[in-house]
Amino acid sequence: MLSHSLAAPLKTPSAGVFVWPRFSGWMALALLIAALVLVPVAVTFSSFTQTGGDILAHLTEFVLPELIGNTLWLVLGVGIGVSVLGVSLAWLVAMCEFPGRRLFDWALLLPLALPAYVTAFVAIGLLDFTGPLQTALREAFGPMTLPEIRSRGGVIFVMSLALYPYVYLIAKNAFSTQGAIALEAAQSLGLSRTQGFFKVALPMARPWIAAGLMLALMETLADFGTMAIFNYDTFTTAIYKAWYSLFSLAAAAQLASILIVFVLIAVVFEQRSRTQMRYSSVGRSAASRRIKLSPTLAGLAFLYASTVLAIAFIIPVTQLALWAHEVIDTDLDSRYWAFAWHSLLLAGMGALMVVGVALLLAYAGRQRPGSFMMWTQRLATIGYAFPGAVLAVGLFIPVAWLDNWLIDTGRTWFGFEGYEVLKGTLLVMLLAYLVRFLAVGFGPIDSGLHRITRNVDEAARNLGTSATGLLTRVHLPMLRASLITAAAFAFVDIMKEMPITLMTRPFGWDTLAVRVFEMTSEGEWERAALPSLAIIIAGIIPIILLTWRGSRTHN
Amino acid sequence: MKPTRLLTAIALCAVALPSLAEDVVVYSARNEQLIKPLFDAYTRDTGVQIKFITDKEGPLMARLKAEGRNTPADVLLTVDAGNLWQASEEDLLRPIRSKTLQANVPSHLRDPGNEWFGLSVRARTLIYNTSKVKPSDLSTYEDLANPKWKGRLCLRTSKKVYNQSLVAMMITEYGEDKTEDMVRGWVSNLATSPFPDDTKAMEAVAAGQCDVTLVNTYYYGRLMEKNPNLPLGIFWPNQNLKNKAAGVHVNISGAGVTRYAKNPAGAQKLIEWLSSDKAQNLFADVNMEYPVNPKNTPDKTVAAWGSFKQNLINVKEAGSLQVQAVKLMDRAGYK
Repeated sequence: MLSHSLAAPLKTPSAGVFVWPRFSGWMALALLIAALVLVPVAVTFSSFTQTGGDILAHLTEFVLPELIGNTLWLVLGVGIGVSVLGVSLAWLVAMCEFPGRRLFDWALLLPLALPAYVTAFVAIGLLDFTGPLQTALREAFGPMTLPEIRSRGGVIFVMSLALYPYVYLIAKNAFSTQGAIALEAAQSLGLSRTQGFFKVALPMARPWIAAGLMLALMETLADFGTMAIFNYDTFTTAIYKAWYSLFSLAAAAQLASILIVFVLIAVVFEQRSRTQMRYSSVGRSAASRRIKLSPTLAGLAFLYASTVLAIAFIIPVTQLALWAHEVIDTDLDSRYWAFAWHSLLLAGMGALMVVGVALLLAYAGRQRPGSFMMWTQRLATIGYAFPGAVLAVGLFIPVAWLDNWLIDTGRTWFGFEGYEVLKGTLLVMLLAYLVRFLAVGFGPIDSGLHRITRNVDEAARNLGTSATGLLTRVHLPMLRASLITAAAFAFVDIMKEMPITLMTRPFGWDTLAVRVFEMTSEGEWERAALPSLAIIIAGIIPIILLTWRGSRTHN
Repeated sequence: MKPTRLLTAIALCAVALPSLAEDVVVYSARNEQLIKPLFDAYTRDTGVQIKFITDKEGPLMARLKAEGRNTPADVLLTVDAGNLWQASEEDLLRPIRSKTLQANVPSHLRDPGNEWFGLSVRARTLIYNTSKVKPSDLSTYEDLANPKWKGRLCLRTSKKVYNQSLVAMMITEYGEDKTEDMVRGWVSNLATSPFPDDTKAMEAVAAGQCDVTLVNTYYYGRLMEKNPNLPLGIFWPNQNLKNKAAGVHVNISGAGVTRYAKNPAGAQKLIEWLSSDKAQNLFADVNMEYPVNPKNTPDKTVAAWGSFKQNLINVKEAGSLQVQAVKLMDRAGYK
């Protein structure tokens, strides 16, 4: 039996009009979470009180015009790339029956475990002039000019392959809960399947696709590693240039502030398109009613899914495995257990924290919807669009300041000896991860919550259930897939994270990502394959868990 | 809830204990596998424990600055002079009086104000395709701007500090305008867009995409060790010049004692030890770099590339002129 309410728009105040809300505990909670994120934002914006010298003027004249164009092209290209890949694959896997579907269901998530810069390095290694493909072609057919991989198109190609899983996973959840219903409704109105997809299923899934898209684009904007390998100048590379090359952290922070303002503007547009169309539906349906594709179409579907999987995951990982094999005898030592343990522990604790706080934040929004809450939530999740190292400094400065105060007070009053209280603890690291990755937890949970119809809340309330009871007894079980998605996103993101880990780790707390940094900082990419591979293997565990649990919930 | 309890427990355990007085704490931008062998040797020699953390220079300096008087760090170690100069500008380092360091480190490879000292030398030189270029065709960095190299030059990105330091050195001799013309010449001779690292640039030379490039020698050593049959030769430029730009451009990996070091004496001893005969070869050979102390001969493979005249401008200019150099390269369109 299916219970669903199709296309029941919820009443929410329109995003543009600001209504001062009635204050409540939920609101205080949301503000508290946002305040945590606003600390590094405030530190970054405070850079405007210092002078960046003529650095900003120089960058504005000679660097920014080109890279603003570059950044816009990148966002546009990656936006289209991840949407097309993510939505089409999600639709195939959720709604159609074709050979290998059950395998692709989880395998198509695997690129998530692969840092984008690794895909980039491998893609360039294979496809550039010096790579095996072009070399073989030259040897066979003589000199020729082929499209350059180290180009705008190449960056977009790699980033799309690396980031489509965000869209894929969230869209797949949406399609598998409401796709079949949408198609049935469309067909009962006399639309063809194709029309049904474009006119009903796709528009209905739009809020969820948008949530995945925002994650992919925020990560694109903040990316430094991939852009450095392609030598593709974006806003973020200019931020690092101002800091590392022009020695001006102030100018870097000022540029980062501008980036954040742009992201906030983008968020407003995304939010507007979302609030106009908020549907909720409950349904566990797709499995029994998948579309049986014709043999030709099924073959094409298989070919498409396996090509994406091969390029985005199998080929890069094979290359990594070959490189890792070369160095495994010299580089793999007992310390690796400690690195892997640190990585898993931090990613595990970090993911728990991210999911817990993201759930509270999303739930606060359900309790007290409105534009005030919406803005609070948006601010609280802005950390994901920050270039990592800038965020790391923005967090480190206030922590060090607080530490200095604690140390001085402790010394005066209690004869404290030592130079670290908070800094050099895992607590600071975990808080930093929370600030950075709250968005990846919030996206899936918030969109999952929106799929639960309000009728459920009302029914539960009428039966005398409290707000907490509603959460633990009614919503949490229904949110299970979203919670696991959020945890997996946060887990693999923390595993891959470099700048925050480097800056806030206590002495001796090296992780696998730190190993990757040690190797790549002097260009030893082949040696970096070993820790990269270890990250991927560790990252695969939650992905498999995720789909296994997810499929159990669906079927 | 269990996870919270676990978290609290672990956080409490991890609160760093105040370090013992004899320990030396190092913030290092030189990566772990290049310094740990040395620190281990130092501990074996002296019994002094070394605690260290690695990161990029920018974040390490931001960290030192934010920590101020309460920094645990005694030593800052970097892989280029520009960042050491910058650390000294921001008052993160203190001058040290050391006869040992004065004697072991040539004067152009240390801070005139004695706040930092070079510990290994990194030479940036020309690498050419041996089947397409005769060594007699090559002469200087400046000559790579000559139109005869049109479509034959490969370069690493201007974002790398090694190229910024090289251009900074050129500015000291030729001034900004002339240097900018030279960089424009390089750019117009490029066969393809700049590469993210030296190794990729050399691979392009070997594959025939271009004929000549500019790299730090240890990348060449590493690549040839892996693949000895590559048609790549090494050439020492600017050997016959008589001006200040004479000699191969060198940078340093070096260190200084932090302004608020808790164990400045221990920090100084460590740096002195790193400049000693005993450590110099370990320091340089692990990455096929050159010892800073001229008494020590480089590793055999490195020595086989031949000897060369170094550029003698003080490496601090790499720092003081870096901003100017970066701006110049931006104007010249060197990406």
